[in-house]
Amino acid sequence: MRMFGYRLPGMSSLIVWGLLWELVGRLGVTFFLPPLSEVFVTLFEVIGTPAFLKALGETAYAFILGVFFAIVIGVPTGILMGKNRLVDELLLPWVNIFLSAPLTALVPVLMVLFGFGMQSIIITTTLFAIWIIILNARAGVMQINRSLVEMARCFGASPFEAFTKIYFWAALPEILGGVRIGVIRAVKGVIIGQLLISIVGFGALFELYSANFLMAHFWAVLIVLFALAFTISELLAYLERRVSYYAAKR
Amino acid sequence: MAMSQTNLASVQSAPSVAAAEPDVAVSARQISKTYGEVEALRSLSLEFPRGQLTSLLGPSGCGKTTLLKIVAGLLEPDSGEILVNGKAVTGPGPDRAFVFQDFALLPWASVIRNVAFGLELRGVAKSEREDVARKYIGNVGLAGFENAYPHELSGGMRQRVGLARALSVDADVLLMDEPFSAVDEQTRRKFQEDLLSLVQNENKTFIFVTHSIEEAVYVSDQIAILLPRPSRVLEVIRPSGFRDSGAVNIRRDPEYLDIVDKIWASLRSYVE
Repeated sequence: MRMFGYRLPGMSSLIVWGLLWELVGRLGVTFFLPPLSEVFVTLFEVIGTPAFLKALGETAYAFILGVFFAIVIGVPTGILMGKNRLVDELLLPWVNIFLSAPLTALVPVLMVLFGFGMQSIIITTTLFAIWIIILNARAGVMQINRSLVEMARCFGASPFEAFTKIYFWAALPEILGGVRIGVIRAVKGVIIGQLLISIVGFGALFELYSANFLMAHFWAVLIVLFALAFTISELLAYLERRVSYYAAKR
Repeated sequence: MAMSQTNLASVQSAPSVAAAEPDVAVSARQISKTYGEVEALRSLSLEFPRGQLTSLLGPSGCGKTTLLKIVAGLLEPDSGEILVNGKAVTGPGPDRAFVFQDFALLPWASVIRNVAFGLELRGVAKSEREDVARKYIGNVGLAGFENAYPHELSGGMRQRVGLARALSVDADVLLMDEPFSAVDEQTRRKFQEDLLSLVQNENKTFIFVTHSIEEAVYVSDQIAILLPRPSRVLEVIRPSGFRDSGAVNIRRDPEYLDIVDKIWASLRSYVE
């Protein structure tokens, strides 16, 4: 965007919102919103503490494993659905239902099935991320150029080779797009899991701070979480741009 | 033999005749194929002499690409069979290679990997297949572009990559599906000239689908004219004289012009 002839750097609007936050916080309108400067001071106080590092470790562990399973199960499933009409007919209704379902409501069921530990949190994270990853991989495969598939068959590709040498790469821009959105959803999944299943990680911190009205702490952790999710998402968006040069030319 | 085939209204030769003919590389026997309600091919028989270029020429919808894909093993005929070197076709095989109308290159792979892709699928070691690929990249005139990517090349250059890929697997039969239709006129002329020397120098059988009459007459040893609804072979024409007069003189040869006129005369009523 340009203003008064100057090009504004990306996300300049954050400055405006930050100033507004500071202002409202200083006016003392509500305890819910301490000044932004106070939040940042708290943030740097909190960030090195053992409690915070433990929470970060627990959350990262569940998040990474959850996303890992979502990708290694979701991408092949999506590709298979895009390739095979029968599999697609069988699975698509379920994928669509779970994509739009209020997954939070399913968490108690998961607790019954898989207990109150880390396992359930990881599964919750996977469940939040996997559906959009499946759908995007499927969409990527479905728009693949037919003659690429025929070419692979002509030159003697086995089904497995077609999978790894053609379908995966042809769908890669969409797959990465799906993973990016899936990762954002996984952040939600891991926090909801930590709040509902067992009070660990960042979920435990949120619970602790909000129960004790430590709003500066609460916002500080939220900002850290947002920054982490944003960084991962931008990293994936960068990878997506790296491969999208050929997306239009398949 | 050339004379006897010139005016055949339909080529329904008995299988025993085909088997006795030693220089037939590919023969199609009584091929039928329908897509739902649409009859693409009805009991079509045709023979493709070894070492020569046969084009399948006809208006759109006459089933020429369908026939080519059946020969490739990409489509299964409803009835009838394709023999390649006397063996019935059951699917794609290493004795046939395909050149695609839209090139079908891997956009994420360099020229050399694209050219070597057929060999890669056959499990040829990387250094070995890249040596072969480099040789054919040179042969098609793309030396120096080994590490370029398809989106950096012009349409004509991309089709040269597709051609090099088909050549590098060293198949007996080269199947070309309107290979020059997506490139500009000047590039196409160059391609046609190059194709003539390719047919002469490589001992391969070419099956060439085109909708351009001039192109078919220019490059072919044998032209099969296909008609639509129901698809059938109207005529098989074997130009005789002008092939030896050199690539640049063909278009001025009276026989070339006569054949072009004659084909147009028989096709014009089928073009809507």
